[in-house]
Amino acid sequence: MTLTTGQSLIMVFAIALTTVFTRALPFLLFPQNKETPKYIRYLGRVLPCAVIGMLIIYCLKNVSAPFGIPELISVAAVVLLHKWRHNTLLSIGGGTVLYMLLIQFVFI
Amino acid sequence: MKQKSALRAALPHTIPVMLGYLFLGAAFGILLSSKGYHWGWAVLMSVFIYAGSMQFVAIGILTGPFLPLQAVLMTLMVNARHAFYGISMLTKLKDMGKKKPYMIFSLTDETFSLLCSAKVPEGVDKNRFLFFVSLLDQIYWVIGSAAGGIIGSLVSFNTKGIDFVMTALFTVIFVNQWEENKNHIPALIGLGTSALCLMAFGPSNFILPSMALIVLALTFLKKPMGEVENG
Repeated sequence: MTLTTGQSLIMVFAIALTTVFTRALPFLLFPQNKETPKYIRYLGRVLPCAVIGMLIIYCLKNVSAPFGIPELISVAAVVLLHKWRHNTLLSIGGGTVLYMLLIQFVFI
Repeated sequence: MKQKSALRAALPHTIPVMLGYLFLGAAFGILLSSKGYHWGWAVLMSVFIYAGSMQFVAIGILTGPFLPLQAVLMTLMVNARHAFYGISMLTKLKDMGKKKPYMIFSLTDETFSLLCSAKVPEGVDKNRFLFFVSLLDQIYWVIGSAAGGIIGSLVSFNTKGIDFVMTALFTVIFVNQWEENKNHIPALIGLGTSALCLMAFGPSNFILPSMALIVLALTFLKKPMGEVENG
């Protein structure tokens, strides 16, 4: 734990409240099924894809030695596994096990 | 009796989510416990936050500096898509009464997809059926997280690298979205803008500029891309 218990609690509840806010927002804004503004609908279509791209970079932000090769190999493995079987568990499980093996035994 | 039959009817529809949530929830619990958090924290987060990807991001937030505003903005960005699920649920959840607040609270990606696609069997109360689908999903998620947290604290195996489960999760979602959408520009903007900001601002300061630039870029590209989509 890098944060104190109190700080962690504040973070958890800030995230919880913000999450429920994003889920409740349309019900608050459009109580009578009012027409959703075009710009919002547009963001709703395109934002998810961009945000997931951002999150991948976020996960890889602390990549250091050796040149992110284990990360690169494992991300490629996840993509290939997923293209092959489209089985979420296999792709995530396989990629993670491969990465753990790589950084624990190969790229030490 | 009626309640029981709605629960029974809902259960088989939730099996795919059950497998996914037990597995991912366990991964979340193990990962959180590897950061020194008691498994109670995993349960707390799965009960009150209950958002798959966001809880993985939350582990990053909890292990970083104490920046609540950044955490809130990050949550808004990561969960913005939930607002758009809500838009498509406005009519479906209209007459849920007392259950409606819980239905809104528990609207995760997976539950949304089940609520959208599941057909309510004949003779089963629709609202109860939908409610049990949502409730069962969260129960799986909480059980998975608790199990993962306990396993992580009892079994001392080398968890080095288990953080990658989060990268893998987002990569899988990325591939799914890539295949579902003809327009790949938003996905590339997300990757490219964040990578540039990471290089420019460094690992601890790049998220806010990335978010701002992503929204800006998407706003400026609305017209050109709209033309592509319509043409």
